[in-house]
Amino acid sequence: MNGGDVTSSSAATSGPPPSLDWRFSQVFGERTAGEEVQEVDIISAIEFDKSGDHLATGDRGGRVVLFERTDTRDHGGSRRDLEQTDYAVRHPEFRYKTEFQSHEPEFDYLKSLEIEEKINKIRWCQPANGALFLLSTNDKTIKYWKVQEKKIKKISEMNIDPSKAESSSSPPQLVANGLPADKAHGYLSNDFSFPPGGIPSLRLPVVTSQETNLVARCRRVYAHAHDYHINSISNSSDGETFISADDLRVNLWNLEISNQSFNIVDVKPTNMEDLTEVITSAEFHPIHCNMLAYSSSKGSIRLIDMRQSALCDSHTKLFEEPEAPGSRSFFTEIIASISDIKFSKDGRYILSRDYMTLKLWDINMDSGPVASYQVHEHLRPRLCDLYENDSIFDKFECCLSGDGLRVATGSYSNLFRVFGASQGSTEAATLEASKNPMRRQIQTPARPSRSIGSMTRVVRRGSESPGTEANGNAYDFTTKLLHMAWHPTENSIACAAANSLYMYYA
Amino acid sequence: MAMVDEPLYPIAVLIDELKNDDIQLRLNSIRRLSTIARALGEERTRKELIPFLSENSDDDDEVLLAMAEELGVFIPFVGGIEYAHVLLPPLESLCTVEETCVREKALDSLCKIGSQMRETDLVDSFVPLVKRLAAGEWFAARVSACGIFHVAYQGCTDVLKTELRSTYSLLCQDDMPMVRRAAASNLGKFATTVESTYLIAEIMTMFDDLTKDDQDSVRLLAVEGCAALGKLLEPQDCVARILPVIVNFSQDKSWRVRYMVANQLYELCEAVGPDCTKTDLVPAYVRLLRDNEAEVRIAAAGKVTKFCRLLNPELAIQHILPCVKELSSDSSQHVRSALASVIMGMAPILGKDSTIEHLLPIFLSLLKDEFPDVRLNIISKLDQVNQVIGIDLLSQSLLPAIVELAEDRHWRVRLAIIEYVPLLASQLGIGFFDDKLGALCMQWLQDKVYSIREAAANNLKRLAEEFGPEWAMQHLVPQVLDMVNNPHYLHRMMVLRAISLMAPVMGSEITCSKFLPVVVEASKDRVPNIKFNVAKLLQSLIPIVDQSVVDKTIRQCLVDLSEDPDVDVRYFANQALNSIDGTTAAQS
Repeated sequence: MNGGDVTSSSAATSGPPPSLDWRFSQVFGERTAGEEVQEVDIISAIEFDKSGDHLATGDRGGRVVLFERTDTRDHGGSRRDLEQTDYAVRHPEFRYKTEFQSHEPEFDYLKSLEIEEKINKIRWCQPANGALFLLSTNDKTIKYWKVQEKKIKKISEMNIDPSKAESSSSPPQLVANGLPADKAHGYLSNDFSFPPGGIPSLRLPVVTSQETNLVARCRRVYAHAHDYHINSISNSSDGETFISADDLRVNLWNLEISNQSFNIVDVKPTNMEDLTEVITSAEFHPIHCNMLAYSSSKGSIRLIDMRQSALCDSHTKLFEEPEAPGSRSFFTEIIASISDIKFSKDGRYILSRDYMTLKLWDINMDSGPVASYQVHEHLRPRLCDLYENDSIFDKFECCLSGDGLRVATGSYSNLFRVFGASQGSTEAATLEASKNPMRRQIQTPARPSRSIGSMTRVVRRGSESPGTEANGNAYDFTTKLLHMAWHPTENSIACAAANSLYMYYA
Repeated sequence: MAMVDEPLYPIAVLIDELKNDDIQLRLNSIRRLSTIARALGEERTRKELIPFLSENSDDDDEVLLAMAEELGVFIPFVGGIEYAHVLLPPLESLCTVEETCVREKALDSLCKIGSQMRETDLVDSFVPLVKRLAAGEWFAARVSACGIFHVAYQGCTDVLKTELRSTYSLLCQDDMPMVRRAAASNLGKFATTVESTYLIAEIMTMFDDLTKDDQDSVRLLAVEGCAALGKLLEPQDCVARILPVIVNFSQDKSWRVRYMVANQLYELCEAVGPDCTKTDLVPAYVRLLRDNEAEVRIAAAGKVTKFCRLLNPELAIQHILPCVKELSSDSSQHVRSALASVIMGMAPILGKDSTIEHLLPIFLSLLKDEFPDVRLNIISKLDQVNQVIGIDLLSQSLLPAIVELAEDRHWRVRLAIIEYVPLLASQLGIGFFDDKLGALCMQWLQDKVYSIREAAANNLKRLAEEFGPEWAMQHLVPQVLDMVNNPHYLHRMMVLRAISLMAPVMGSEITCSKFLPVVVEASKDRVPNIKFNVAKLLQSLIPIVDQSVVDKTIRQCLVDLSEDPDVDVRYFANQALNSIDGTTAAQS
C-alpha cells in the first residue's frame, strides 16, 4: 500500500495538509445486482458517538442499527507496534452490534395525520456503566434509548419445583406471590413467628448462566411537544439537556423529565399567512451550554445565547450572505434554504449546506462565510427540471472532520464531495459511494471561493461511468446521498446510499 | 429441587419469585424482603441474601428502587449495628446505576445506615466506599459520591479528613458537568460537617471555583450554596467572601443565574446581616426588579414583601416602591400577577399613610388589570390591606372588579372568585354585601358549569355560617326556594343540593318549616334524578330533625319513593329507610 507517502508528506512543514487518498473500507447492506431497495430499509440518519467507537444508523422503517469498532481496543500489543508493523490496517473498522425498533407508525386521531416511523435524527448521549445511550426521533416523538448487555439468567435451585407446583394438587390455587388464594396473607403476616436461626430448608435461587445479550430499552419518551415535524435534536454540553427543533419552534428538554419542555425559540407569526421562513436545522454549541445555532429556509443562521432571555426570539448573531446583485431568480430562495448545519468540534466554525454550496462560517465573523464550496454549481442550468421533479427540495447533510481541516457533503448519483477547509487548501474530491470510490474523482484542484459563481466545477465523467449520455445527463436524481458522518477523531466517513452503509478511510 | 413443608410454602414461593420473569412478582418479593430475611435468619441473610442482592443490580429500575429503599431499614435483619457494614456493598452498586431516582434512594439509605454505624466501622468500610465511588470510572458513581461525604466525614481521623477534603475538591473540578453540579449542590451539606478552620481555607476555595465555572448549570447551583455557606461563616467572613459573589451573580450574564439570585436573595440577606443588606443588596435587588428578563422580574416581584420586611419603611419607600410602581404596569402579565399576590402584604409594613399615598394607586390599577389572575390575586389578599386602610376607600374600585370577575368567560376564574366571596363578605360587612353581592350569589346557582353551581351552593352555606341563620332566612332561603319551580331539572337539583348543605347550619326548626315541605314536594317530580336525590337528601336530614318528624313526614315520603317505577329511586329510598331503622335501633 502507499501508506508511506502520507507520513512523508505530512513531514513537510507549513502549508495546507495534503489531499487525502480515500479508500473503500466497508459496506453494510450492499445491494446485489438487480435487487430492489425496500423503502423501509433506506437509511435516514447516521451518527458517530463522541469516542468514535460506535456508529448508529436509523432507517425509514423506524429501526436503529448500531455498529461497534473492532480494530482499536481488541488488538493486543502496543500502539506503536501496530503502527510499525502495518500502517494501512489501522483505520476504523466496524461490525454490526445490534438493532432495535425505535419507532412504529402511528396515527394521530385528533389531527387525522399519519405519523411515519422514519428516524429523522439520532444523537448519542453520555455512556454510563458500560451501557450506551442515544436519542432517536421521528417527526413527532423523541425517544431515549439505553443499550446494554444483560445476562441471560437461568435459575436453578428453586424451593418449589416449578413442574410440581403446577401439576400437583397440593398446594392448590396459587395466586401471585405464591399465596394460596384462600389464606392469602395469613401465613406471612407479622404474627407468623420464624425461629431465631431461620429456616434452614429455604434457599435462594441460584443464577447460573453467564451468557449475555444486548438489550435496548426505551427509557423515556418525549412526546406531544411539537406541532410541526421535528427536523433536529441536539444535546447540550451540560450533559442534562437537549433541544428539539421543528419548522417553527425549538424546545429545550431535560433528559430526565419527559413531561415538560421549554420553548426557547418560536418563529411562528400570529398570522400564518405572514410566514416567510422556517427553521430547518438546529444544533447546540459543542462546548458552551448556553449557545445554540439554527438555520432557516431563507439561508440564514442565527446564533442565540440562552443567557440573554428565556424566550430567545432575538438572535445574538445573524450569519447571512448578501445576495449577489442581479442574480435573483425564481429559484433564489429555494436554493438558499439551508438543509443542515454543524458546529466544528471546537465550536469556532459552523458549516452549512444549502442546495448549491457548502459554506463555512466563523462565529466571530457575521459579514459572510469564510469559505464557500461549490457542490452543485453544474446543476444551475437544470434548476427548472430539479424543481419539477422536487429534487430541489432534497435535504443534504454536511459534516466536518474531527480536526476541522476538511468538510464533506453528499450529492446525486451516490456521489459525495470532500473539500479541504484549511487556509490555502485546494483539496476537492468527488467520490462515489461504491466499492471503488475514486472512479469519479476529479483531478482539477479547486480553490475555495468567496463569491458563488466565479468557479464552475464540472465533474469529469470517466468513460467507465454507466448512464452517461451524450447530452450529459449523467446525474441520477433518484440515487442521492443525503446522510453522512465523519468519524470524530480519524479520517473516516460513513455515508448512506439508499439502504447501504458505505465506509471510507484515508 | 427441594420440597418444602406446607407452612413454609408461601415464603418459599416469595423467595423463588425474587427471580421471576414477571417484574410485578419480583417487585412484590423485594417489598417483603424483611420477611424473607427473617425466614432465613440473620446469619444466612448476611452470608447469602445480601450477596445475592449485590449481584442483582442489573434488574429493572422499579425493582432497584424498591431494593434501595428496603435496604435502608435493614440493619435489624442482619444482626444489628455491628453488622451494618454488610449492607454497604449492595447499596454501593445501586449508587452507580444511571437512573437518578434509584441513586438518590440508595444515597438516602446509605446516609441512614452510615449515621448509625460505629465509628470504627465507618472508617473501615464507609470511608473506603466513598473513596471508591469518588474514583468511579463512570460519572454516575462520582455524582453519588458527592452526596455522602458529609456522613463519612464525621468521626473520621484527621488524616482521612484531609484526604476526603481533597477528594471533594477534585470532584468540584471533574471533567463531567454532571459531577460538578452534584458537588456544587452538596457543598453546603458537606460544609456543615467541616471544621471552621478548613471552611475558609478549603471549602471557600472550592466554592469560588464553582462560582466561576464555565457551565451555567454549575454556577446556578453554586448560588444555592451561597445562603447555606453564609450561615456557617462568621458575619465578617460572610461579608468578605460571600457578598461579592452574590453581587456578582446578580449581574451575571445568564438570566437563569440572576433568577436564582432573585429567588434566594432573601435568605442571602439574612446571611450577610442588615448593614450590608442596605448598602449592597438593596441596589442588587433593585436591579433584579428592573431586569430585562421577565422570568427574573417574576421571581424578584414575588419576594418584594419579604424583602421589605427586612428594611425600614423609609428605605422601602425610597428604593423599592418606585420599582413596584413600574412593575404594576409591567408588560408581562405574569410579573404583574406575581406582584399582585404579595403586594398586599406591604401595607402593614409601610403603615397607613404611606399605604394610602403610595400603595393604594397601585392596588387600584392592579384591580383593573386586564388579566384576571392579577385581579384575583389582589382580591385574595384583601384582608391584609383592609386592616390598614379600611374597606371604604377600596370598595368603590373593588365592586366593579368583583362583578367583572364573577361574569368572566373562564369558569375557573368564576370559581376562584366564588371561593373568595365569604372572605369578602366578612371584610365588607352585611350591608355592603346585601346591596351588591347577593344577586351574584344566586346567579351562580344557575351557572352553565356544574363546578360553579356546586361552589355556589357551598358558598351559601359559608355565608349562612358567617352571617347567621336569621340573616340567611331573610336573604338566602326565599331566593333559593323560588328556584324549585325552575323548568330546568338541573336547576331544581341545585335547590336540593343547597338545602342539604344549608340544613345543618340553619338548624332543625327552619329545616322542618321551610325546607322539608319543598323537599316533599320535589319527591313528586317527574324526573327520576330529582327523586333519588330527594331520597339521598332525606337521609342526610334524619340526624338534623326530630324523631317525630322523621316518623311522620320523612318515612312516608321515602315509602312512596320506594315504590317508584325507577330502580335507582327505589334503591336510594330503601337505603334511606334502612338508615332510619338503623338510627332507631341504635337509640332504642
